[in-house]
Order: sequence, then structure tokens, then C-alpha cells
Amino acid sequence: MRALDRWREIFASLARRRLRTALTALSVAWGIFMLVVLLAAGNGLANGAESAFRDDAANSVWLSPTRTNKAFEGSPKGRRVQMSNDDFDLISDSVKVADHMAARYLPRGNVVAARGSFQGTFPVKAVNPDHQYLERTTITQGRYINAADLAEYRKVAVVGRKVVKVLFPRGQDEQALGSEIRVGRTTFTITGIFDDKGDQGEQETIYIPLSTAQLVYAGANTIDQVMFTVGNTSVPQTEQVVKDVKRRLAKRHGFDPTDTGGIRVRNNHFMHEKMQGVLWAIRSFVWLIGLGTIVAGVVGVGNIMLISVKERTKEFGVRKALGATPWSIILMVMEEALVVTTASGYLGLVFAVAVVEAGRSFLPDNDFFKNPEVDIGVGLSATVILVVAGLLAGLWPARRAARIAPVEAFRAEA
Amino acid sequence: MIRMTGITKSYRAGPRAVAVLRQINLHIGQGELVAIMGSSGSGKSTLLNILGILDDYDEGLYELDGTPMRGLSERQAAVYRNQFLGFVFQSFNLLALKTAVENVELPLQYRGIARRLRKEMAMEALGRVGLTARADHLPSELSGGEKQRVAIARAVVTMPRVVLADEPTGALDTKTSDQIMDLLQETNAAGVTMVIVTHEPDVAARCPRLVRIRDGQIQEQGEGETRTSEPSSTQPVGTT
Repeated sequence: MRALDRWREIFASLARRRLRTALTALSVAWGIFMLVVLLAAGNGLANGAESAFRDDAANSVWLSPTRTNKAFEGSPKGRRVQMSNDDFDLISDSVKVADHMAARYLPRGNVVAARGSFQGTFPVKAVNPDHQYLERTTITQGRYINAADLAEYRKVAVVGRKVVKVLFPRGQDEQALGSEIRVGRTTFTITGIFDDKGDQGEQETIYIPLSTAQLVYAGANTIDQVMFTVGNTSVPQTEQVVKDVKRRLAKRHGFDPTDTGGIRVRNNHFMHEKMQGVLWAIRSFVWLIGLGTIVAGVVGVGNIMLISVKERTKEFGVRKALGATPWSIILMVMEEALVVTTASGYLGLVFAVAVVEAGRSFLPDNDFFKNPEVDIGVGLSATVILVVAGLLAGLWPARRAARIAPVEAFRAEA
Repeated sequence: MIRMTGITKSYRAGPRAVAVLRQINLHIGQGELVAIMGSSGSGKSTLLNILGILDDYDEGLYELDGTPMRGLSERQAAVYRNQFLGFVFQSFNLLALKTAVENVELPLQYRGIARRLRKEMAMEALGRVGLTARADHLPSELSGGEKQRVAIARAVVTMPRVVLADEPTGALDTKTSDQIMDLLQETNAAGVTMVIVTHEPDVAARCPRLVRIRDGQIQEQGEGETRTSEPSSTQPVGTT
């Protein structure tokens, strides 16, 4: 039989067995649809979790002074610990694995910043140069705070995009760079404009040199946070580093090293790895469910093919009596399975992508579920796998159909 | 055309083998019209299936047009069936989802004939059995007689050397049976060898040669009303 004739027969057969075709197609399309939607949902969860770390370096450790929770050597519990530049030096000496280290001083409350008649209230953070890496700040114009700014107590400021928007409402960014603004009662020159994708609130921040702020805002030598990154150090090593630093700081400030207070530690490195583990579990679960759905689809196709072959046993016998070769019977069954699985798999894929895209457009922005997406290559691969598996599932019934002797086939009920 | 020598066939029924055909010797010449008669279970349908290369046999030699039919691959058997043989079945065996003309086209399709020519040939064959007007009807829309006429058209459309008919009138009334026999005789008159398995004496009476089979053995072979009692004769009786 010519290939064209065989294809005509296949399409005619599918058209005349609408219910069976529809059931097979549904089984396949549903498998692909579920896999793609589940993968997209898994990615949405993963993106949400990842975004929590987008603001700060994932391998960073943040130390903030706080009140003690334990009484220690005559000091009552609830005593406030205050960090200073000396603590920064001590931490710098202790943490050899740190590749970036920054200190931060936060003048109390938000500060009014003004340019002429334009003004707004913004958080001011006094930092040193490495803070840029810790906070993942992206300079879009100009430069960040540098060592010279600190050494010379320069009155320079690096402002967020939203600060520029308020103080330079006509959208003159070029004009903002180099302009003077008042931050509190002191005038600063804007040397840089930054963007921060991790947190919209960060874009309202004004960064100034740590040394200048300590002078201008009567901070003396106090600092409110020290943060550092640990390079490629492992999580257990980082924990050891944290323990060691805390022990030294406890000794210096006279609080119990086992106190959960005194110095609060945020170990992003540990949390990031823990979250990666959770994400891995989520992704594995999603794949497991998705593959399970595909396997169910394949079993469904195989089952329906078996029923189809059984239903058509007499027909195949007649065809063989009229001159059909076993191979032509196998091709007929397999190609029928191919048409159904390919077309319905593709439809399932398209429908799933449409649903995922709709989800991206209509889901409200939140921190837990962001940008559900699926790699189209993964979707296509899954479709190909399903088609191949569907064909293999059809192979056994096809061979069975081809082997059956015409005489036996005639005895089968049509 | 057809030569069978010492053909035996048995089926397994549990632990024991039940002989269905025993030492069948049969020679049918080109253009013969032969009726095979026998009671139910005598082995006549099995004999026809072996003749049609639809079933295998245990021992003996079966030659079709001088070629032994033993040990053919499935593919070779399919080619022989398509090129040498036509089948007419008691239950018609038309494909339910195909129209009359599509059913007739089917063996031509397996022969690789182009669609347009195939359709012309099928319509011509349907014309010969008087069913041109019913060409686009599904088998479910045809009467028993019409179905059998479609089956005959399908059997002869490839111009086979031999047509094998298994109880072709078994499911039809007397009048329709006569019409079907007329068609089969016309086909035979055109030079096609015809073997008809039947248990109806009326049908057998219209065949110049009769082979009687009983308990798996040929009991009589005869011409018209003449019967020989020599079983399993290797000498064909009748026109050769």
C-alpha cells in the first residue's frame, strides 16, 4: 500500500472512530498540559523564593547589635549592645575568608532631603564602598561611594532612582548627577544614581560615606550593622566563622557567647542553601507528578491502542486476506498512534503555555510566587518523549495485530 | 493451477491432536468451477483456508501455479493472496467503516495501484455486479445480497486466477442465492478458477465438479451427477 493511501486511511479511520480518538487525544494532551503547568508552577515558587535573596548577596552574613537575652557576669539581661568602628576592625581581623566587608550606620529615622522646592523624606544609610556588593546595588549613572570619600569625609551622596524622581521631577537625570541636595541640614553632591532590583524600597535610599555620616549626624564612631560575604566557603565553615566572630564580640562587649541576643546574626548563606534544598524538593516533586501524569498518558494510549487493535482484529484479518503485509498493518496502527499523540501532545503544550502566560499576566505581584515560566525546550522534549512512548505503547498491539493469522482473525467478533 | 498432495492438518485440543484433514489429494485445473461439500466439521472450510494461504498445514505439498506454498514468509503469502486469489465469505467480511467502492478498492490499494485508476476499476467491478448506484453506501446500508455482490466485486476486481468462496449463499434467501451463483458462474466463465465450499445441494448442482469431504478425507470427486467413490484420488476428475 502506498504511504499516501495509508495516511488517507488513517485519517479516515480516526474520523470515523471519533470517541476513541478523542479519548486517546485527551489522555495525551492532559499529560503534557499537567506536566508543563506543574513545571511552571514549580518555577513560579522557585522564582518567588529566589527573589527573597535578590536584594542581598546570597553568601553574606549580617551582624546587628541588639539587646542581650541573658544576664552575664553581673550585667542584667536586656542590655543594649552598641557596635563601633573597633568592632568592624575586630571582625575584619577575624574573618579571613571574607571577600567583601561593609559597615553601615543608620541615622535615626528618615531624613528630609530637598532640592529647591522639591523635597521628600528618605532613609539615609551611611556605608563604605563594599556595601555595594553586599546590597547588590547597580549603579546606573556616576559612581558609588569610594575609599577617598571616606578618607576625606566628603559630602557626596549616591541616590536611588525614586529619590531622583522626587527631587528632579522633570525627569532630568543628567542634571541630577553633580547637583547638590540638602540631606537634613547638610548639603551633599550627587555622585551616583543606582537601581536595586531586589527591593523597591531600596530605590528610595540615599547612601552617604560612613565617616561623613558619623561626623555630620553625631554618630561618633558607632555603626549599626556589619556585613560580609564568605566567597566559596561551605555552609558549615560559614557557621563556624559566625560562631567565632560572635564569641569574640561577646567577649569584647561582655555578654554570654551562647546568648541568642547581643549580636543578631542573619546567615544568608545558610538560609540560601536551606532554601535551595526546599526548592530542589519542590522541583523533584513537580517532576515526579509530571512524569507520573505522562506515564499515565502513555499507559492510556497503550490501553486504548490495545482496545483498538482488539476491536479491529477481524478487519486486520480481512485486510491480510486481501493482501496486506504484516508491516503495513504495523505501520497503520503505529502511524495512527503517532498522529493522535503528536497532534494532541502539541495541543496540550500550546494550551498549557497559554494558561501559564495568562497566569503570568493576571496573577497579582507577590513575594511567594513570581513569573511562572517553563522552558519551551522542556515542554517540547516532554511532548517528544510522550509521542515516542505512545508509539512504543502502540508497538506491542501493532505487532500482535500483524501476527494474528487471518483465520483466527475471522473468528473474532467485529 | 492447484495441486494438493497428501495434505494433513490437525488442531490441538488440550493434550491430544484432532485431525481435521487427512491425506488430501486434490488437483484443480485452470478455469474449473468446483464445489466442495461436506457436513459441518468435515474440514471443508479448513481445506479452503489452506487453499487461500490463510492457514498452514502439517504435512503434504500444496502448489499454486506450480509454486509450493509451504514456508512462505508472511509478506510472500500476502503477495500471493493479493495477486492470485480472491475471497468471498459467508459473512461477507466487508469493512464496516468503508463504503462499497472503498471496500472494492482495498485489494487494489494493496497492489499499489494509483487512486484514480483504482476507483475506476472498483466502479467497473461494482457495475458488473449491478451496484454502481450503491457505491457510496456503507455496508450497514446494504442488504445481504448487495453485501455479497460487493464482496464478489472485491474478489474479482484484481482479476485473480482463483476465487475461493466459503458458503457464499449461506446467509442469503433462495432468490438472492441464485443471483449470487449467476455472478459466480459468470466470473468462472471469464476464465477464473472457482472453488466454492457449500453445504447446499442447489449450489453444488450448479458446479460442474463436486468434491465431497467427510471426516477430513475426500470421499468423492465427481462431474455433474457422476460420482466416483475412490477417496483421496490424486487424479483430478472433471475438466483439467
